[in-house]
Amino acid sequence: MVQKKNLIGLEHIDVHEIELILDTAVAMKEIVSRPVRKVPTLRGRTITNLFYEPSTRTRTSFELAAKFLNADVINISSSASSVVKGECLKDTARTIEAMGTDVVIIRHPMAGAANLLTGWIGASVVNAGDGAHEHPTQGLLDLFTIREKKGVLNGLKIVIVGDILHSRVARSNIWGFLKMGASVSVCGPATMLPADIGRTGAAVYCNINEAIKDADVIIMLRIQLERQKAGLFPSLREYARLFGLNRERLSLAKKDALVMHPGPMNRGIEISGEVADSLQSVINEQVTNGVAVRMAVLYLLAGGGDA
Amino acid sequence: MSEKMRQKAQILDKEGIRRVLVRIAHEIIERNKGTEKIALIGIQRRGVPLANRLSGYIREIENKEIPVGVLDITLYRDDLTTLAHQPILRRTEVPFPVKNQKIILVDDVIYTGRTIRAAMDAIMDLGRPNIIQLAVLVDRGHRELPIRADYIGKSTPTSGKEIVAVRLQEIDGQEGVFILGEG
Repeated sequence: MVQKKNLIGLEHIDVHEIELILDTAVAMKEIVSRPVRKVPTLRGRTITNLFYEPSTRTRTSFELAAKFLNADVINISSSASSVVKGECLKDTARTIEAMGTDVVIIRHPMAGAANLLTGWIGASVVNAGDGAHEHPTQGLLDLFTIREKKGVLNGLKIVIVGDILHSRVARSNIWGFLKMGASVSVCGPATMLPADIGRTGAAVYCNINEAIKDADVIIMLRIQLERQKAGLFPSLREYARLFGLNRERLSLAKKDALVMHPGPMNRGIEISGEVADSLQSVINEQVTNGVAVRMAVLYLLAGGGDA
Repeated sequence: MSEKMRQKAQILDKEGIRRVLVRIAHEIIERNKGTEKIALIGIQRRGVPLANRLSGYIREIENKEIPVGVLDITLYRDDLTTLAHQPILRRTEVPFPVKNQKIILVDDVIYTGRTIRAAMDAIMDLGRPNIIQLAVLVDRGHRELPIRADYIGKSTPTSGKEIVAVRLQEIDGQEGVFILGEG
């Protein structure tokens, strides 16, 4: 079994490691479903959430995952810490480590921040989103959810719709899905598609109706409202009309296609309320699975040896 | 398991395993005065087929269906921090409430007793059983905790350098209990 100390992204992780994490998460999900959600595995370990961007679901998900495994959790957010006094990332990280932490979970607006951190501290580093680079645990929980629902990943047609350019979720998803043998299409306004995205191996569409034809899985990304001010698309109404997922459009995909969204959703913009609440939507299960997958990651990073 | 290990003795063959399990099935029924509230929980991995077989033998004797659960004790191990690599996590599936039941833990070999300690902690997290009993195919001695089995297939004194290898059709494709050792 290959032992990696950090989880930075899905681009540089091999298929066996992804499978190990997903298989471990199956066992973790059983724990989440128990009346007493607590196992003693990481007793005495300390896990620090170091968040330089606002986040509710990812931070809470990591915090619960750590607590279900009996680790102690420290939360540091940039707005309420020495970060506002001008301390740099390196010093903050070293300070946390000097107090005794086994895993640092970092979210940062700059791509590459998590990777930088690995060179500065001995503790394990988990990337919880760095700029528009990667968000590997979101990618893994999407893989887990699809595998659980469809039984396999190999051979599925998966479509990702929305702001691919600014989306770290899309990047982690593309790497993960392609590695597991699925085909990936991305779709969005041309201004929101990176020029070289085709080099990853994903098919590129600007017309959602063509993209989602016969799809097994449709992942809708959140449209960040501030992007409209940047002029990347003319109006929210037009975006909703051209790229929003509604009941009629969903019928173009396979009958049993899954609808996913990393959250938080803008109902009525990228996804209609009707679709979000439909039986094909697994959006809430993604959230539950997120805790199980993060438990698996923390167990594999901090469970054994001298982490 | 090291490749250098040589098979020194066979302590049970296919027929021997069957006889021992049938006897344990009878003992379980006798000790518990029937099968009421009894549930079997197999410890991953080889305790699982053994629990299934015991359930089958009890059904043959008493014509009663005994539920079987599966327990992975990895997350409860006391040596996780000293292992170089994390053991692979397997499924836990106990599809019945353990509260107020007579739980019979099933494992292939009892050695230090640490696995059973972990298994008892794991079961307690699922609920509060009335009683926990332990059935093992082989007791090889060398306990490090004050734990004993209620039903023992075969007691075999071993040295700490030896390995007791239980092979079951469902997992290994063959049947038998062997003692392996160097030289």
